[in-house]
Amino acid sequence: MTAPNSTAGIFPLDKKGLLKAYRTMRTIREFEERLHADFAKGDIPGFVHLYAGEEAAGTGIMMHLEDKDRIASTHRGHGHCIAKGVDPNGMMAEIYGKVTGSCRGKGGSMHIADLSKGMMGANGILGAGAPLVCGAALAAKYRGDGAVAICFVGDGASNQGTFLESLNLAAVWNLPAIFVVENNGYAESTSRDYAVAVDSYVDRAAGFGLPGVTVDGLDFFAVYEAAGEIIKRAREGGGPALLECKMIRMYGHFEGDQQTYRAKGELEDIRANKDCIKMFSQRVTEAGVISRGELDAIDREVVAEIQQAVASAKAAPLPTAADLTTDVYVSY
Amino acid sequence: MARKISMRQAINEALDQEMARDPNVIVMGEDIVGGAGGEGEEDAWGGVLGVTKGLHAKHKGKLLDTPLSESAYIGAAIGAAACGMRPVAELMFLDFMGVCFDQIFNQAAKFKYMFGGKAETPVVIRAMVGAGFRAAAQHSQMLTPLFVHIPGLKVVCPSNAYDAKGLLIQSIRDNDPVIFCEHKNLYGLETEVPAESYAIPFGEANVVREGKHATIVTYGMMVNRSMEAAAALAKQGVECEVIDLRTLSPIDWDTVIDSAEKTGHVICVDEANPRCSIAADVSAMVSQECFKALKGSIQMVTPPHTPVPFSPVLEDLYIPSADSIAKAVKKSLAH
Repeated sequence: MTAPNSTAGIFPLDKKGLLKAYRTMRTIREFEERLHADFAKGDIPGFVHLYAGEEAAGTGIMMHLEDKDRIASTHRGHGHCIAKGVDPNGMMAEIYGKVTGSCRGKGGSMHIADLSKGMMGANGILGAGAPLVCGAALAAKYRGDGAVAICFVGDGASNQGTFLESLNLAAVWNLPAIFVVENNGYAESTSRDYAVAVDSYVDRAAGFGLPGVTVDGLDFFAVYEAAGEIIKRAREGGGPALLECKMIRMYGHFEGDQQTYRAKGELEDIRANKDCIKMFSQRVTEAGVISRGELDAIDREVVAEIQQAVASAKAAPLPTAADLTTDVYVSY
Repeated sequence: MARKISMRQAINEALDQEMARDPNVIVMGEDIVGGAGGEGEEDAWGGVLGVTKGLHAKHKGKLLDTPLSESAYIGAAIGAAACGMRPVAELMFLDFMGVCFDQIFNQAAKFKYMFGGKAETPVVIRAMVGAGFRAAAQHSQMLTPLFVHIPGLKVVCPSNAYDAKGLLIQSIRDNDPVIFCEHKNLYGLETEVPAESYAIPFGEANVVREGKHATIVTYGMMVNRSMEAAAALAKQGVECEVIDLRTLSPIDWDTVIDSAEKTGHVICVDEANPRCSIAADVSAMVSQECFKALKGSIQMVTPPHTPVPFSPVLEDLYIPSADSIAKAVKKSLAH
């Protein structure tokens, strides 16, 4: 049975928007869980960092963006890419090192980019996206096109000098730039509380003259509403802001991480009680806005899409020796 | 119409003409206008050595003074370039690369390749290089080899005002990130420069003096020292060919190799420290490609492998002199 379409007074999005958000989050989760399984089988080369568990944050923010808006992502970038509209087929092929990949097999998991979608790249250097986003925001301001630029960093990279310099630059130039700290509690294996001297990122933002907001990053609706206000303000010339999303990663820093730094039972607790997609599903079904059957139908479609993306990636051609020296000038 | 102007004026003119031509060209850096936010004169400095003086009034909103935050504003220039702008960022002294190198070598240099050819990063990073200004160890280095080592970067180092204008215009129009090295001791040097806009293609060395006995391969201020040495040697009957590389990446190997095969004697003169230098790079290529044509061992003339000293007497000893270049030519010829 299909639930009624009206969400007025209950949710900040209409039913179509809610279904889109759910589909995006489920696509990210399925993409990442499939990578987790296939990495364990030895199918995937290199380093892979999964966004599973953090879907509500990336999706809640990106729901406000258009292609003209730009983001700079992190090493944990698959979720940002999908939420920003990058094709999961190209992403999967890229992670498999195939010539059909988003970056023709030259970037891999840590460097997926699609500038046509405003995705300026996942980044293997922590904090490096922050100045790039200042540049994107500067270009938007210079052209007056109303675009915003969003930098994602983890709690670890929030300590990088380049990130802190960028907060100041964005503030003094009043750029339409937003800095999102995805605080998942760990910088690799080191706890956030060990490595960040202040308790609140709101305080840190204040030190740079920026408004700062902390939200429960597991709560899609909290992220959506907070990001919406910040993004609207930036579009209207109100300047930069910092948004901290408190969240959880379901897997290790990278695939293969045994996560021995976690407390006993921590992962089980996350799976049982802190799954942002389960929380979203519960909210929308209990409100009677979307039925379980509608969500299940999306689940089935997403599983099939990711299955197809993996099959296509596996079947896709590898780069050849001729590809080694293209896409860069070589004068030697 | 050509008139004699200094390299400082030539660079200013290139920026002026390119900003007028293309609205995407913007200029940013520390004190490039000067006096921002203060109560004194607007356009107070025009850059620490006055290279951008006067541009602010002609191009309102296109010259951005930055906080002292090289990592942030060099990165912002790179990010803006990836979004279709053509920023020219001034790093002031190339020695300051240490605080923003990640943005240059891990970001700008790699975007195009790493993103499968789907990104262009048309950014120019201008910076002062070189010794002789009594500016000591952290404001005097010739760090060109560090940038030449990185695939994806282009590296330019003009020796005169004419080349500076044409190469800077080419740098701004180029779609790759360019490190544009300005020797601070050449700013005042005047040469004939056309008033109109012109671009000098990359990868084309300039044979600034022809000769049949020995080949001197060099760039930047060392071109002038090498020309002094060549003039002195000519009086002794030794005719040197002097090659000004102009762009170090891409590099014009053909001109170097043709000359090496003609003379059989090659002297590589570089203001960079000797290990893994441009001189070492050219020496290796010449020995690999021209082995049978060589009639004497390849000579490298560089500073010693030390930081740049402050005391004027030491700094003068540090910088390769016309005399040391002439001695190296004679040493090769004596083989």
